[in-house]
Amino acid sequence: MSLLDTKPEHIEGWNRPPVIEPDGEGELLEVAMGPHHPSTHGVFRMDVALDGERVVRLKPVFGYLHRNHEKIAEGTTYLASMPYTDRLDYFCSLSNNWAYALAVEKLVGQEVPERAQYIRVILAELTRIQNHASTIGFLLQEMGASGTPLMYAFREREKILDLFESLTGSRMMCNYMRFGGCRVDVSGPWLAATRKVVAGLPAFVDEFEALLSSNEILMARCQGVGVLKPALAVNASISGPMLRASGVNYDIRKVDHYGIYDRFKFRVPLGDHGDIYDRYMVRVLEMRESIGILNQALKEIPGGPIMDPKAKLRGFRPKAGEAYGRIEAPKGELGFYLISDGSPNPYRYRVRPPSLINLTVLEDMCLGQNVADVVLIFGSVDIVLGEVDR
Amino acid sequence: MLGEGIIKGMLETAKNFAGSFVSADRLTTVEYPEQRIPTAENARVFPFLVYDGAGWEAGLRCVACQICEKECPPKCIYIEKSKDKKPDFVGKMQIYPVRFDIDISVCMSCQICVEVCPFEAIKMDTQFELATDDRFGGLLMDRQQLAKSNEYYHSIHPAEAAEVDARLAQEKTAAEAKAKAAAEAAAAKAAADAAKAAAAKPETPAAGGN
Amino acid sequence: MRTVEEIKAAIEAAVPDAGVTLVMNPSPAAQHSLLLQPEKAVAVATFLRDSPELAFDYLSNVTGVDWLDKEIAEKVKVTKSVTKTVDGVEQTVDETVEETQKRVEPGYLEAVYHLYSVALKDGPLVIRMRTANRTDKIEMPSLTPVWRGAEFQEREVFDLYGIVFAGHPDLRRILMWDGFKDHPMRKDYVEPDDFEYEPTAHDEVLKRAQERQASRD
Repeated sequence: MSLLDTKPEHIEGWNRPPVIEPDGEGELLEVAMGPHHPSTHGVFRMDVALDGERVVRLKPVFGYLHRNHEKIAEGTTYLASMPYTDRLDYFCSLSNNWAYALAVEKLVGQEVPERAQYIRVILAELTRIQNHASTIGFLLQEMGASGTPLMYAFREREKILDLFESLTGSRMMCNYMRFGGCRVDVSGPWLAATRKVVAGLPAFVDEFEALLSSNEILMARCQGVGVLKPALAVNASISGPMLRASGVNYDIRKVDHYGIYDRFKFRVPLGDHGDIYDRYMVRVLEMRESIGILNQALKEIPGGPIMDPKAKLRGFRPKAGEAYGRIEAPKGELGFYLISDGSPNPYRYRVRPPSLINLTVLEDMCLGQNVADVVLIFGSVDIVLGEVDR
Repeated sequence: MLGEGIIKGMLETAKNFAGSFVSADRLTTVEYPEQRIPTAENARVFPFLVYDGAGWEAGLRCVACQICEKECPPKCIYIEKSKDKKPDFVGKMQIYPVRFDIDISVCMSCQICVEVCPFEAIKMDTQFELATDDRFGGLLMDRQQLAKSNEYYHSIHPAEAAEVDARLAQEKTAAEAKAKAAAEAAAAKAAADAAKAAAAKPETPAAGGN
Repeated sequence: MRTVEEIKAAIEAAVPDAGVTLVMNPSPAAQHSLLLQPEKAVAVATFLRDSPELAFDYLSNVTGVDWLDKEIAEKVKVTKSVTKTVDGVEQTVDETVEETQKRVEPGYLEAVYHLYSVALKDGPLVIRMRTANRTDKIEMPSLTPVWRGAEFQEREVFDLYGIVFAGHPDLRRILMWDGFKDHPMRKDYVEPDDFEYEPTAHDEVLKRAQERQASRD
């Protein structure tokens, strides 16, 4: 079936993408962008219908990396799903760990000791910084700035990953948080090393901004491209930096007060136009705010246990019930929905993937734009295919 | 002025290019395999089985309880229990694994087996250069390939291994104290019984004959 | 944050015959939910989104749950006429006997929606809808016209659970490929016997793998 035949029917009230009629001169061209395309961050396909250079229809095609993570989790214990969460968004394994631990802690009413909360905040904010830095690097790579910004971002990311490795034993698949705390305690030298890395981060962000923010080519390519209106962003469940770039003040760290985020002073950067440049800028500013949170957390971190002594590792069986826990992951709202029937395995285990849901508006943002900008708009969404397809 | 931003960016690039010759912070590349970064102490790659003493077969700490097999997320562990028993480190008779396979092509290095093991028998190795051309046979580790000595464990994770040794020593002393107490109690009981029997004897002389 | 009971009352005041039932959640999370009647679901959802006091304008999460047919064994007291021989004479006596009766409670597919309010920074509100059974009556109305965010997630529920969302603009498979027949997240899904190699093949798995290998050679 041709893509052009799938004209969306009119449904009362549906906030559907606009229908763009071709101008009738010349033939329409259907292009399959992906699944093997360097800009798709993995295996992902966009079926694009083009009228000249202009996009008149776009349908994303998912599932190339689908492994039914949810079914696997239903067949195994609660604890055994923790390392699988690392592999959802493999850039931010520690945020994923936290989201899952938070959902399970809600399910069983588990308390988390103070020190573990601080460690979680420190690790989650380090994750956010390295994720945003590499996202900007990838975006610039797709814009044609071959290598340089990405390598600067990766140089900094490397320092953060070294910290992760020395603490959790693995650079990307950290598998660090547990229900009711964290796995190993942070040592004095580790904290000192973290302080040193964090002290170097503002200079890195300044350097990144000097390199990019006022670059005329970047502005020409990004400003006014891929605009997302706030009303549509909320209606389409967009979350994370994408939502805030559209000017919607909604940060789950501020709204849900999960963990201990209400103890820290930080601002929520907001965009104004909802274009690619705003998404870039929101990420840069979020990195700065994260550095602020890190400085506060590293100063205030108390001593004490890192695991609730009542928490169980073996033979963990929550009482029947359900819980939905969500956090502000670097890519957006990452939620876990769990139903327990009292057995050691969850009856239902659901991941709310921000990457997948943020792609809902991909077509809306791309329609009427040039095909070269599709790559940029897609890059500015910030997805990881491991999470989209699960 | 148009182009100002680009020039500013170029200056930044130039600073980094020149800086990479003088500052180690700006040049972080390591040319593997000639150069290597030292492995982090917490690093984990694939699990191995710890044994005490000289013989790997006699010294394996594993008692084939199969908890790790059940908890392993990708189900890469396969254990067969033994029919007979052998003494463990405190001298208690325990069953042991006659077969303990880990398929490291499936293993995802998550360390859950280490965390759930109540006997400190399985630990994480730091050896990562394990490439082989035999996908099925070469990556299926059996019990002999997995067995590594406690000294080796000390050499890769010194702090953690010392902690584990202290805990095991404590357990051993506790077990010995318990055994001693049990033996003493048994001896006391036997003595008491004997005394009782001796005391009882004169009253019922006929009972002994029955 | 309003309680679920208050929200339920508000819905019942605004939507006539809404038929909303409260479903309690016994876990410490205490996220109770509202069970909607499929016929009224779109009206209720529109009210939840547009009412200025509630303003649940953000649909966070949509998911399916599969509840299998349940066989319930219960002890019932039954009065039976029993023919007995009492004092050598055959008599029919009514006797109360305790019997174990088995009845099958039909399973259903359920869609769970988690709502938040961006305007009021409120939530979550959990709403759910159920199908009549798991085999043929598996339709329920789509809430994509109310919240665009349900578009991909309802497609995913359709793909993995087989719930047919009436009124969804583009109900196709999303994660599995187009020719795929079954719904893999259902509890009674049987994996196809097309494995190549399984973790630490042994026993019957090894035998099966070897047979497969032999037939291929």
